[in-house]
Amino acid sequence: MIVLDKRPQPSRAWSMATPVVAVLATMLFGGLLFAALGKNPVEAIRTIFWDPLFGEFAFYYRPQLLVKGAPLVLIAIGLSLGFRAGIWNIGAEGQYIIGALMGAGVGLALYPLEAWYVFPLMVIGGALGGWVWAMIPAVLKVRFGTNEILVSLMLVYVAEQLLASMSLGLMKNPEGFGFPGSRNLQQYESAYNAELIAGSGMHWGVVAALIAVIFAYVLLNRHMLGFHIRLTGEAPRAAKFAGVRPARLILFCLGASGALAGLAGLFEVSGPAGVVSIDFNVGYGFTAIIVAFLGRLHPVGILLAGGLMALTYIGGEIAQSNLGLPAAAIQVFQGMLLFFLLALDLLTNYRVRAAWSEVA
Amino acid sequence: MNTPLLSLQGLTKAYPGVVANDSVSFDIGEGEVHALLGENGAGKSTLVKMIYGLVKPDSGKMLLRGAAFAPSEPRAARADGIAMVFQHFSLFDALNVAENIALGMEKPPALRDLAARIREVSETYGLPLDPFRTVGDLSAGERQRVEIIRCLLQDPKLLIMDEPTSVLTPQEVEILFETLKKLRSEGTSILYISHKLEEIRALCDAATILRLGKNVGECVPSETSARDMAELMVGTVLQTPERAGRAFGEMALDISGLSVPSPSAFGTALKNVHLAVRKGEVLGIGGVAGNGQDELLGVLSGEILTAADAVKLMDRPIGRLGPTARRRLGLLTAPEERLGHAAAPNMSLTENALLTGSVREGLERNGFLRWSETQSFAERIIAEFDVRTPGPENAARSLSGGNLQKFVIGREVLQRPEVLVVNQPTWGVDASAAAAIRQALLDLAAKGTAVVCISQDLDELMEIADSFAALNEGRLSAPRETADLSVEEIGLMMGGAHGMEVAHV
Repeated sequence: MIVLDKRPQPSRAWSMATPVVAVLATMLFGGLLFAALGKNPVEAIRTIFWDPLFGEFAFYYRPQLLVKGAPLVLIAIGLSLGFRAGIWNIGAEGQYIIGALMGAGVGLALYPLEAWYVFPLMVIGGALGGWVWAMIPAVLKVRFGTNEILVSLMLVYVAEQLLASMSLGLMKNPEGFGFPGSRNLQQYESAYNAELIAGSGMHWGVVAALIAVIFAYVLLNRHMLGFHIRLTGEAPRAAKFAGVRPARLILFCLGASGALAGLAGLFEVSGPAGVVSIDFNVGYGFTAIIVAFLGRLHPVGILLAGGLMALTYIGGEIAQSNLGLPAAAIQVFQGMLLFFLLALDLLTNYRVRAAWSEVA
Repeated sequence: MNTPLLSLQGLTKAYPGVVANDSVSFDIGEGEVHALLGENGAGKSTLVKMIYGLVKPDSGKMLLRGAAFAPSEPRAARADGIAMVFQHFSLFDALNVAENIALGMEKPPALRDLAARIREVSETYGLPLDPFRTVGDLSAGERQRVEIIRCLLQDPKLLIMDEPTSVLTPQEVEILFETLKKLRSEGTSILYISHKLEEIRALCDAATILRLGKNVGECVPSETSARDMAELMVGTVLQTPERAGRAFGEMALDISGLSVPSPSAFGTALKNVHLAVRKGEVLGIGGVAGNGQDELLGVLSGEILTAADAVKLMDRPIGRLGPTARRRLGLLTAPEERLGHAAAPNMSLTENALLTGSVREGLERNGFLRWSETQSFAERIIAEFDVRTPGPENAARSLSGGNLQKFVIGREVLQRPEVLVVNQPTWGVDASAAAAIRQALLDLAAKGTAVVCISQDLDELMEIADSFAALNEGRLSAPRETADLSVEEIGLMMGGAHGMEVAHV
């Protein structure tokens, strides 16, 4: 029989090692899966993990990593603050959409004005949009005790309908020959979130994600508010005893995660995407939840997890097109990664040992 | 001497890292009330679990009336006439007494017949109990009767009682003792586990004292002083807290006409509570747990807000202030629940020092934390209160109960409070740590702090409190000076026997 002994305190070594072990386990079992599908497992794993970084066409894929990774990290950092405190914002996808709509709306309203302040105004608009959308579940929770998980999630679908309505109506390109979708912000110089260094994939969203990581790190480790966030997650009653006001914490955590998700949406719509269109959102807001947990809700961990997630996305796409792997197999593979990460996390808090039954 | 009822011979049980029982031997005679004494962690529970068949000994043997006895499960132990009343009751609130008892039986008779037998047993032993009352409406003392009657229906030869008086008022204890004495007179043996020495001296015929899993001595309680027994239990000479006679200063904390509903569905609302403590005074608040103690602490810590002038700190209304503002003014508190309320289990001692110390110790500046100052504050608590831990980076849950309690109390004491409120400061703490905590509270009062000590332990309150009040169903009795209080009066202040019928034995 296997017995789990709770460790007197979490093991530092294991909390560092489990992500690595989980990735290795995913490679092993993913390889078995690919082998069962009749593909060469070594080649498939190499295609997913190696080719995007160091393969023949890496010069094309590496910028893609930043473009995919930045919104994930930006959103996940915001979510992790709430998750640390036991406040579950599941609706980052909706805040991402509204942020993009508000930010793009500012840009489109100012078109064709060329001025230095257009983009900063759009950034503010984006953050504000996400913040407002997150404030809806926050205020409802504080005032009426509603469940923020349900409300924030349902607001994603509302946001998607708004997105569709905007790209077909108010924000539709007047010179677009009746096709749905807005003007292309990539062609509006003052509003374009261009690459800061050509060919690097480095746009303002990447910079914002890095700043967010540093900001979150300082907040959680050096600031009273961060301490209160962690305390509330660890022991809500002790937090109340310490003088934390739960309502303020809910407003802050949901607001911050909404604003960051909104920013991610704005950087995406004004840069890589360019246009407000019906299918603008591709699930970053949901994937970011995985990224947040993958990174152990720790800012640096999230940075690494965002990179890893972007890698499996891009590697997965390459594997689909080059090796003919089905998309479902790639999704199973990504699911495995999450499964192993969460399952192996047990080792951080428990020691596993074999034991024999006491009853003779 | 005749063959003893139960003879334990060299019982040993080891768990990884700790020997719970190390070759323990003693005999329980027929019709004897035998006390098993020891501090928390001395191995009392493991020992009785072996007798009751819940745990199998590694070595050693037991003889029941001279025959080998090795129960593999509680059912086997019960079949051989061993019954046990646990400290924590296993009763269903929504069912009535008879239904609860039927649930624990192998072949329950028809409910009507069972009820008749319950009546019969309860009359015989002076434990009046209506078999058709819902358990949820019963007091703690009456619930214990249900458990005892459940055992007596099996007609046991040996009744094991684990800390039976911890939930009872003094009057209820009296009734229980009458019952136990009657059982003894009929030849039933009783193994009585407790750390309350006066009770043992009043009731028990023999006592075995366990320390760190070993039998360190046997005595006849009525011929041994409580102090000697305590020293056997602890293994060192006990320091009695010193209390210097002193004059009290001006009013420090004043609660008047306070009524608040409990924030939790199973809590007790406070009803028209009046309370006043002067500087340098120790006010003891007694009462059985669950009578509003948690709520009273919440009202004082600022977790439960009230009308502004219902709570006054040195004439300043503070009813609407939160915990941080109250700490700034000098009102500090230490809740009963150590893990999860007074301290965050998974956080380090340094972080837990920050939990209440940030304001008064200046551990933050403009919202930014000063970790090195916080760590030295934690180290100071550890050093001054003799907290046994490798260092402040260890998680709170890695500490034993007594050590964490010393840390929690020390954290507040070292912040030089104007008023300190503690709830069950020595609950589950070993005797020497408890003595240290009591001394720290008295020292604080000697320096002019007003101390409110909420506790179930009446001996503790008698030892340190200048005045005494009792909480009963959310009502606080008028405070009396402890110097001229008798135990009977205290019992009456605590609500007497909670309206229980008195035993007729």
